[in-house]
Amino acid sequence: MNNLIILLPVFPLLGFLVNAFFGKKLNKQISGLVASLSVFCSFAAAVAVFIQLQNTEAHAVTVNVFSWINSGSLSIPFEYLVDPLSSVFLLIITGVGFLIHVYSIGYMAHDEGFARFFAYLNLFVFFMLLLVMGNNYLVMFVGWEGVGLCSYLLIGFWFKNTDYNNAARKAFVMNRIGDLGFLLGVILIFLTYGSISFQDVFPNAGTVSTGTVTSIALLLFIGAMGKSAQIPLYTWLPDAMAGPTPVSALIHAATMVTAGIYMVARSNVFYSISHVASETVAIIGLATALFAATIGLLQNDIKKILAYSTVSQLGLMFLGLGVGAYSSSVFHVTTHAFFKALLFLGAGSVIHAMGGEQDIRKMGGLKGKIRITFLTMFTGTIAISGIPPFSGFFSKDEILAHSYEHNKVYWVLGMIASMLTAFYMFRMLFLTFYGRFRGSAAQEHHLHESPPSMTIPLIVLAALSVLGGVLGMPEIWGMNNWMHHFLEPVILRQVPSTLSHETEWTLMALAVTAALAVIYLTYMIYRRYGITPALREEELKPWQKLLYHKYYVDELYEALVRKPLDALAVVFHKFIDLQVIDTIVNGVGGFVKSTGSAIRLIQNGHISLYVVSMALGLIGIVLLTFLV
Amino acid sequence: MINGISINMYLMLSTVLFIIGAVGVMARRNTIILFMCIELMLNAVNLLLVAFSTLHADTSGQVFVFFIMAVAASEVAVGLAILSMVYRNTKSIDSELLSKLKH
Repeated sequence: MNNLIILLPVFPLLGFLVNAFFGKKLNKQISGLVASLSVFCSFAAAVAVFIQLQNTEAHAVTVNVFSWINSGSLSIPFEYLVDPLSSVFLLIITGVGFLIHVYSIGYMAHDEGFARFFAYLNLFVFFMLLLVMGNNYLVMFVGWEGVGLCSYLLIGFWFKNTDYNNAARKAFVMNRIGDLGFLLGVILIFLTYGSISFQDVFPNAGTVSTGTVTSIALLLFIGAMGKSAQIPLYTWLPDAMAGPTPVSALIHAATMVTAGIYMVARSNVFYSISHVASETVAIIGLATALFAATIGLLQNDIKKILAYSTVSQLGLMFLGLGVGAYSSSVFHVTTHAFFKALLFLGAGSVIHAMGGEQDIRKMGGLKGKIRITFLTMFTGTIAISGIPPFSGFFSKDEILAHSYEHNKVYWVLGMIASMLTAFYMFRMLFLTFYGRFRGSAAQEHHLHESPPSMTIPLIVLAALSVLGGVLGMPEIWGMNNWMHHFLEPVILRQVPSTLSHETEWTLMALAVTAALAVIYLTYMIYRRYGITPALREEELKPWQKLLYHKYYVDELYEALVRKPLDALAVVFHKFIDLQVIDTIVNGVGGFVKSTGSAIRLIQNGHISLYVVSMALGLIGIVLLTFLV
Repeated sequence: MINGISINMYLMLSTVLFIIGAVGVMARRNTIILFMCIELMLNAVNLLLVAFSTLHADTSGQVFVFFIMAVAASEVAVGLAILSMVYRNTKSIDSELLSKLKH
């Protein structure tokens, strides 16, 4: 088992090396096959490890790969930890990752950077596996930075487009802000506990003052804010849609953005101790969920809608973490990975069919033309909207039930966020697949269903989106909430649920009724009255404009951060750089030059003068020796 | 005392010879004279070496003198060869004219 665990991240690394160094010589089929197979091997290993983990007593396996840093009191081994939490993430990353690799073979078939794309994708999987398998915060940090790098490379994959490069840079810089918080948190953990290994830190977490724990928890959460796109660091994620669609599905929906959730769930003991930190997590999560959902209402780019939906769902997961429902959040990560990957890949298939068009105002009536894509996306939409017995319902309901227990206001706001989810998802569905076609004649002629390498992953993910709920079906549905019990050993301080079965049924009924009501409303607006979003901005009402422009947050950041920084840079350039530093540098040069040209006159080429000065010098030296 | 003459006499003679040589190098422009002055300085030193070698009954000073004489001879051979080349090119042996390398 230990060998399997060590091998698990090695497969994608090998795939990366093959594609990075020989990619140009290999033909496309082989390079796609190598990449997909390497992730499949990891998936097989993850399944094997997962099955064996059930039979181990301790529910956790630690593998020491090598001793990494040994310096004074600092000793950091390069260790892997496979326990219920990381094994769930391993399965999601490699499983969904494999499907998306297969999908990419079809989606990227006509791209000249085919091998480069798969090299980056493999490298991403490798770093993501390191992130979740690390047994201390430093290995986690290596993975954390690595996935950030791959995200940057893949957002800017089509590097000839300046906007895409800017989006990539934005993502990188935003993430760096978060990473600084994470790094400070890790340093504080080391200073407080003298170690950064999980098994040393977590059991002793309660031995220090609550203030210290709060600082650690909040610093780590800043890291999570950056990586998982929470207010105020969320603006990079919608822009990250500049990357190819499979990247959006894998990195910016299913796996990387859930790294923040993983990290907070892993460090759950800090948040259980610190009330301040957990409330902050819940409030930020809730605010993000609502904020992003309202922006999503009026977006017209199919990928942007899904991006804001992702931000909003991540907010819900943080709400779950904040109210102590760690296992529910991980459950939602799992189901979200299924249906959001499905929706993104479906959107990719739609874009593929439309010949690159992403604006839902120019789509419509695609339902009959691309049947499989439509059916699978329909499944995904129902799953995310929270209709039982699809997977999204159970995970979202669990989070909402826990927040009801914690604070009823959280529950009400969470309900509103999930109703908004149903609205924008069905709006997208109706506008894309129903009604009449609104694009050009050339696009209509071009419409075609995607190749099997794209539709098969869609079908598999659709099946998972339907059935995924089984993993965590609550007791009142006659199941034993497997996910919850499986993750129990990882959650050090459990908050037992005290809700009566009647309350649980009522909450579920309310959630389903609300979702159905919203879907009916969406149906009325976009089907019965056939309203399509305005093509020109002047037709929008002021509140619509506000939402369409994402509350002008980007403009606000521009005015509050970028403009002052630019002004400061101008001041530094004009005064410090040009006046002070340049004067000093030029002064030194000028001084040397002028003294040089003065002294040069002494070298006049007359031997007698040289001899005289030599004799005088010698006499001077001799005199000096005698006198001193 | 060496051969009835005090060591101070040798020192003075050597100093006078050396100063004549040094001043000659500084003041004169004729390259042949410069050479002669350099020889004068070398031989002033040689005289001193031989005098002290005899005074202390240590032959190593005289060995030094042999080396200096050999080096001085070869230096003169090379120097005069250069000098004749210079004269062939400039029709002069004035050292002040040889200042083309100053820039």
